[in-house]
Amino acid sequence: MPGLVIDRDVLIEAPVEVVWRTVTEPDQMSQWFADRVELVVAPGAHGYMQFGDQGGPVVVETVDPPARFSFRWNHPDGEEPVAGNSMLVEFTLTPLGDERTRLRVVESGHELRDWPDAEKERYADEHGNGWVEFLDRLAGVLAESQPG
Amino acid sequence: MTAQADDELWSAIADPSRRRVLDLLINNGAVSASWLGRQVPFTRQAVSKHLVVLEDAGLVSRRKQGREVLYQVEADRLDQATRALADLAAQWDRRLGAIKRLAEAAHAANKKRKEEMS
Repeated sequence: MPGLVIDRDVLIEAPVEVVWRTVTEPDQMSQWFADRVELVVAPGAHGYMQFGDQGGPVVVETVDPPARFSFRWNHPDGEEPVAGNSMLVEFTLTPLGDERTRLRVVESGHELRDWPDAEKERYADEHGNGWVEFLDRLAGVLAESQPG
Repeated sequence: MTAQADDELWSAIADPSRRRVLDLLINNGAVSASWLGRQVPFTRQAVSKHLVVLEDAGLVSRRKQGREVLYQVEADRLDQATRALADLAAQWDRRLGAIKRLAEAAHAANKKRKEEMS
């Protein structure tokens, strides 16, 4: 699958509903994610996340409580994010009994080759190491070399 | 690394066919273009073009051995890329760790409240 980036998960000793609230409620998100989160958790909702003195728009894609939540970000200014111009972040929650949940996050990338050069440069400037999205081969190497 | 260099690296690996060539080089060490051509479903000319782009991006280098030209992966450049990927993965691990702490603390608080009420 071209463009697949990062696939991580964690085992949490809490019911799936509690994990769902932690992942999706903006006041909770501001504790583990961005410094400031303006977001309505509804499909298609446009929001904003602030990291330090930088920030950017996010658009919610899937809201399927308490199992799936996804959003797109890192798309070019003024454009609607779609597959091909943005990063997709997908959370999947799986209950393992009443008080245990597996939380998985997959961040997958876009094919920058279709972008104009100026846009690629802008993206590279803003995101530094963002180009690694395309190294799915390396993602495999990394998955083998790192536990988890 | 400059944005310019990033850009080249990006373009070099954004193409699935080129990633296939890179993959073969990672797994097989120094090999010739004709050997690569036999492993992939695209033409020898396409392989040569991909090798040029990968070379320009610094991911692949060539050396002469007898009458043959052998291509190999540039380990430093690849390491750089792997490290950047590891940084991104580590960032998500930190976030998942924070979610875990928050959710488990919330769960513990809920349980305590329930116990106190009963």
